Amino acid sequence: MSQPDSPPTPSAGRRLMSMARPRATKANALAALLAILLGFAVATQVRQNQSLGLESLRQSDLVTILDDTTAKSSRLDQNARELQAIKDQLVSGSASGAAVLNAAQERLDALAILAGTARAHGPGIRMTISDPAGKVPASQLLDAIQELRDAGAEAIQVNNIRIVASSHFSQGASGIEIDGRRVTQPYTIAAIGDPATMATAMGIPDGLSENVRTLGATIDIAQEQELTVGALHPLTEPRYARPVPQSAPTTP
Amino acid sequence: MIPALGLLIGLAAGLLLHPAVPLALQPYLPIAVIAALDAVFGGVRAVLDGIFSDKVFVVSFLSNVLVAAFIVFLGDQLGVGSQLSTGVVVVLGIRIFSNVASIRRHLFRA
Repeated sequence: MSQPDSPPTPSAGRRLMSMARPRATKANALAALLAILLGFAVATQVRQNQSLGLESLRQSDLVTILDDTTAKSSRLDQNARELQAIKDQLVSGSASGAAVLNAAQERLDALAILAGTARAHGPGIRMTISDPAGKVPASQLLDAIQELRDAGAEAIQVNNIRIVASSHFSQGASGIEIDGRRVTQPYTIAAIGDPATMATAMGIPDGLSENVRTLGATIDIAQEQELTVGALHPLTEPRYARPVPQSAPTTP
Repeated sequence: MIPALGLLIGLAAGLLLHPAVPLALQPYLPIAVIAALDAVFGGVRAVLDGIFSDKVFVVSFLSNVLVAAFIVFLGDQLGVGSQLSTGVVVVLGIRIFSNVASIRRHLFRA
């Protein structure tokens, strides 16, 4: 232990100097080795302590940190739940948006085929009526169209004229006219629908085929699995009719 | 002189090499360092008192370090490791202070 009351030595500085002289003794070398070890240990411990994490903290500090972390964690959890909900909402929203878009596209396609503004293809029948004598009247052709519609035809064209809801048949001076355009012989009717049903409808007794043959014309019906109705009906803007908004009440 | 150079060399090596303290040694290193410092200050004081001996220095250094580490180890085993560490540090700190006071009297006569 210390002896605080030991008298100061006059030759302290000299003694220190004499000790500082290098001496090649085993013990001195050992002391140097120990000094190296001590320096190394001090530096290591200091560095270790600087990089030390939570283990050097007191219990109360640790509790505070734990509380902080818990609160932060629950806050982040809450955040994550909210974001997840928003994400789910967005995903389902975009999915339903795509569904709505698909439905609208399908509706548009159906309406375009009905209105004759889109080319259509599919199974159907191709019917050729040759009437060299010109005995087949326009009404007979209209009957044929009606028969085809009854049999489920979804898109019809006669020669290169698309038949739509507003198509009209008339008996002109030089032959049959559809929508005011002359239809040349032979009449070629392409109809998309169930081929077998339409062919049967054309061939029933007292039906189209029989009537046409009675008039001295020939009719040829071919069922086809792939048929294209390529003629288009020019779209005309209605002059008077306007669509009623969906939300407005419908008048009886 | 040579031990002082050794101390500097050790410090430099420790700072440059970034050694990682093994987990098993982590509780003992700080106490061992304090004990070694106590031995060093005791050695300097012995020099000034004119009673320095290389052998005594080496032995006291090693025994200080070992005893300090052993006390901490014992405390850990008994479940009072941190308290015993604090006690060792206090005792060694008092010794270092008194040694430094003695050295100061020798050097500055005050």
